[in-house]
Amino acid sequence: MTAPADNVSAYLRSRARWSPLEIAFWVFAFATIWLFPGKYLILKDTAILALFALSLDLILGYAGIISLGQAAFFGFAGYFAGLIAKYGIVTEPVLALILSGLVAAALGFVTSFLVLRGSDLTRLMVTLGVSLMLGEVANRYSDLTGGADGLQGVDIQPVFGRFRFDLYGHNGYVYCLIVLFVCFVLARRIVYSPFGLSLRSVKGNPLRASAIGIPVKWRLVAIYTVSAGFAGIAGGLLTQTTAFCSLDVFSLERSADLLLVLIIGGTGYLYGGLIGAVIYKFLQDWIANLTPQYWQFWIGLVLVALVLIGRDRMQGWIDAVRASLSRLGTRLLPRSAALGGAASDGGAER
Amino acid sequence: MPILETIGLEKRFGGITANHDVNLAVEKGARHALIGPNGAGKTTLINMLTGVLKPSAGRIMLEGRDITETAPHERVRLGMARTFQINQLFLDLTPLESVGLVVSERLGSGADWWRVVGTKASVTDEIVEIIERFRLTDVMLERTAILPYGKQRLLEIALAFACRPHVLLLDEPAAGVPEAERHELLATIEALPAEVTVLLIEHDMDLVFSFADRISVLVNGGLFVDGAPEEVARDPRVKAVYLGEELDA
Repeated sequence: MTAPADNVSAYLRSRARWSPLEIAFWVFAFATIWLFPGKYLILKDTAILALFALSLDLILGYAGIISLGQAAFFGFAGYFAGLIAKYGIVTEPVLALILSGLVAAALGFVTSFLVLRGSDLTRLMVTLGVSLMLGEVANRYSDLTGGADGLQGVDIQPVFGRFRFDLYGHNGYVYCLIVLFVCFVLARRIVYSPFGLSLRSVKGNPLRASAIGIPVKWRLVAIYTVSAGFAGIAGGLLTQTTAFCSLDVFSLERSADLLLVLIIGGTGYLYGGLIGAVIYKFLQDWIANLTPQYWQFWIGLVLVALVLIGRDRMQGWIDAVRASLSRLGTRLLPRSAALGGAASDGGAER
Repeated sequence: MPILETIGLEKRFGGITANHDVNLAVEKGARHALIGPNGAGKTTLINMLTGVLKPSAGRIMLEGRDITETAPHERVRLGMARTFQINQLFLDLTPLESVGLVVSERLGSGADWWRVVGTKASVTDEIVEIIERFRLTDVMLERTAILPYGKQRLLEIALAFACRPHVLLLDEPAAGVPEAERHELLATIEALPAEVTVLLIEHDMDLVFSFADRISVLVNGGLFVDGAPEEVARDPRVKAVYLGEELDA
């Protein structure tokens, strides 16, 4: 290979390399298992919300599909996970969780054809409509789902036959965190692949994307299906860790919360859903402790402030922090700096 | 046999006829220019050729194959790519990523969701070749949105070229490019490989007459005159309807 080819290759690979900041993020995430033993329940809810938000980020941040109906997949898989556990069809939780993801993905595949038609507003309405319909179906077939009382009598077996979901939520949290991490790695792999790059091009300019030979429709179908699968895994996690499933898994509020999480955390870099979920959950918890009745007022105020300050300005603060961190990193790790430098100097040499 | 041919192509928008009975034949390896006054139907014609618009009547043949009903992205795979009169670029991507995207798409790894972009040597070599050919090396890591207009215009052509088309449709490639950046653009267009057939839609007569070996004139939606540049320049009817001012000046 020629020198510029080496540079190009190095640069392209470096896009997908785990940055020190990311590694720190995950080290801290797993450290919370030991750092906050009294907070397992909220941590577990946060991990599930984060995974759920990650599923929305995949379609919103990478493919530009806006949705108010992710709860459809969350709820569908939630009931599925509950039912197969209740009737002892599949009792091993990990296997059951994978199956829940797959049935949600299948539902996503089927409904994707409705969603891909039309504009953003149409998509909002169609996705919302699908989740409302599923919620009503679950309500109607109360013999199976328990209706308004929720799905009772779900008995979740220990994970791999060894790790029982305990009262303190320790194992439940560790389980959710590991699932979140695995799904995150998968999502990360997807967005840095040629397929992921083609999604960004479809989002950026669908007209041109099709003019360079990309089958735009099928790419969107594919990512919508994957996203539904992730949402389904999140729904399955909720059922498994609470041994319960109720109609509110389909609620509009659940889908709307998800958009709030991504507005707080930002879209299109995968961590938005995770960071947004942490901020949203803990803000909610903290404010609810201060003013149990009016906490939504403060959440609303934070959102308004966030939008007024603007994402760009905050991105500027984050970039500044990142730049100073990478300067620090350069001093500590001269080798990786040399690599990064070679890639970014590629043009200047010529 | 012409590499690209239209037979009785027609497009009506309600009561308005944008193109009628267009029989255009582009020979293999040609540098074919399509000219005509504003509103002559040039853009409608190119939109039909590329599949953005569906013709009301007539057929389009690419290398002897009827592509009238073929989807736009399929036509690209069959060997026809286009550029746009108004840039259609991926503003959030860098030129390197944009070109890489097209190349990996063409080599069939566009649906590959596991491999990291840029880990195949054949792909990177080709990306580099295209980046260099279109003089984008020194800006390849910048976001496309902040590139100078001339570079964006080059990238516009590079993306189409990266599809390795047999027929390349250039829709007013020089439109709006400032004088200082113009030379680079024209030199790059001149240097396109001879085996690529080029159909150029252009307003700029200097460019048309220096570049084309065949010219078709479109007037009021129909083909008016078709021939070598000298013939077209001499043709009194063309002078009358279109070239008059330019030639007299």
